Amino acid sequence: MNKVVSSADEAVADISSGSTVMLGGFGLCGIPENLIAALVRRRITGLHTISNNMGVDGFGMGLMLEAGMIASHVGSYVGENRRLETLVLKGELDLTLIPQGTLAERIRAGGAGIPAFYVPTGLGTVVAEGKETRKIGDRTYVLEQALHADVALIKAWKGDRLGNLVYRKTARNFNPAMATAADLTIAEVEELVEPGELDPDHIITPGIYVNRILVGATYRKPIESEFIKAGLTQSGGAA
Amino acid sequence: MTGKERIARRIAREFKDGFYVNLGIGLPTMIAGYIPEGIDVMFQSENGMLGVGGPPTGVQTDPDLINAGKQPVTELPGCSFFASEESFAMIRGGHMDMSVLGAMQVDEHGNLANWTIPGKMVKGMGGAMDLVAGARRVIVAMEHQTKDGASRILKECTLPLTGQSVVHDIVTELCWIHVTPAGLVLTEVAEGLDAAEVQARTEARLIVSPELRVMTVSAA
Repeated sequence: MNKVVSSADEAVADISSGSTVMLGGFGLCGIPENLIAALVRRRITGLHTISNNMGVDGFGMGLMLEAGMIASHVGSYVGENRRLETLVLKGELDLTLIPQGTLAERIRAGGAGIPAFYVPTGLGTVVAEGKETRKIGDRTYVLEQALHADVALIKAWKGDRLGNLVYRKTARNFNPAMATAADLTIAEVEELVEPGELDPDHIITPGIYVNRILVGATYRKPIESEFIKAGLTQSGGAA
Repeated sequence: MTGKERIARRIAREFKDGFYVNLGIGLPTMIAGYIPEGIDVMFQSENGMLGVGGPPTGVQTDPDLINAGKQPVTELPGCSFFASEESFAMIRGGHMDMSVLGAMQVDEHGNLANWTIPGKMVKGMGGAMDLVAGARRVIVAMEHQTKDGASRILKECTLPLTGQSVVHDIVTELCWIHVTPAGLVLTEVAEGLDAAEVQARTEARLIVSPELRVMTVSAA
């Protein structure tokens, strides 16, 4: 068994326009930056993306947005992307905002064979509009549906050719759940190790969930708060 | 002492030893700087960390180690990392002793609005709806009025809600308000103020507690 592909371009070569794509990461932390770059090179369009955020202007998923690849997006917070805000207010991009924990659990459920589940989150808000509610015990809950994707693009720290993955610090975030919730899961890692080198007790994503694995060519890993501050300073000077 | 600092110092006095707490972005994050001596509190960050330490002091920051505000942080001894679904399981599952959040509006029913202004602001609720639905105690930390002098504590919220009847307490630079089924009870006022002065700056009706006290802040 060998799931290793030689490049990000090869890894995403068969993803078609109109696909539903999950992308791991929280802000710019733990995002599959090499796979995003390869997708942008392919110039496919009409993608339905599911990701907690939408990158920032100039990096991460912000690059996909700038290339006009995204038709709709499901996420929980997109406050650092001004281009997205403009597109949404003009009605050119279909944005669905949902609570972050509900997003995470909908993805988890999608990978775990659970079609829907009840949560207290969002009761009495726009999030619950049009959804079934049910009183269980003395509290009322909202029925939330599982999320599933055609493709999940995720980022881990280390992996082996069987697709076993470990993550580093807060770069784990949505990646493990997304790995389980797509027909095709592609993982990029910083380091590829031999099977057996990862302590089996420490593996977070067992290889069964991963179809392809590649070593990212380069990692820029900007810190979002600093990236935005630097960007504002530059654009302030240019304007 | 600024108004925001007064709020942060007052809320810091509410922490008990052994608490697990999630602090929202902005003003609530300041509270971590004023924990009284001898009180050991474990801070959670919803992107997947317990035991969050302060900002790194050296030049070397780690891009894989950030808080929910996407700022670099440090690890405290005994910290742990976990995935988003686990992070929100501990939030939704009632394991957090306290959640402190900012607000745009709060009302007499304990409703909270802090995530959107229709037609103007597209940002998202992030983890706020999960936190107010799941934490054992929800404290709103905010400046009493807007920059234009309008009340943020209303009879009814006018903005889309983050949560319905979820707020337990409201802390501003002027006062402490406890949310009860009967309405908003004023329990503490800042030194030099009285209940009538606080009511004059508040749209919601305040019930003055018979045990009204002066709001004392942490000196730490």
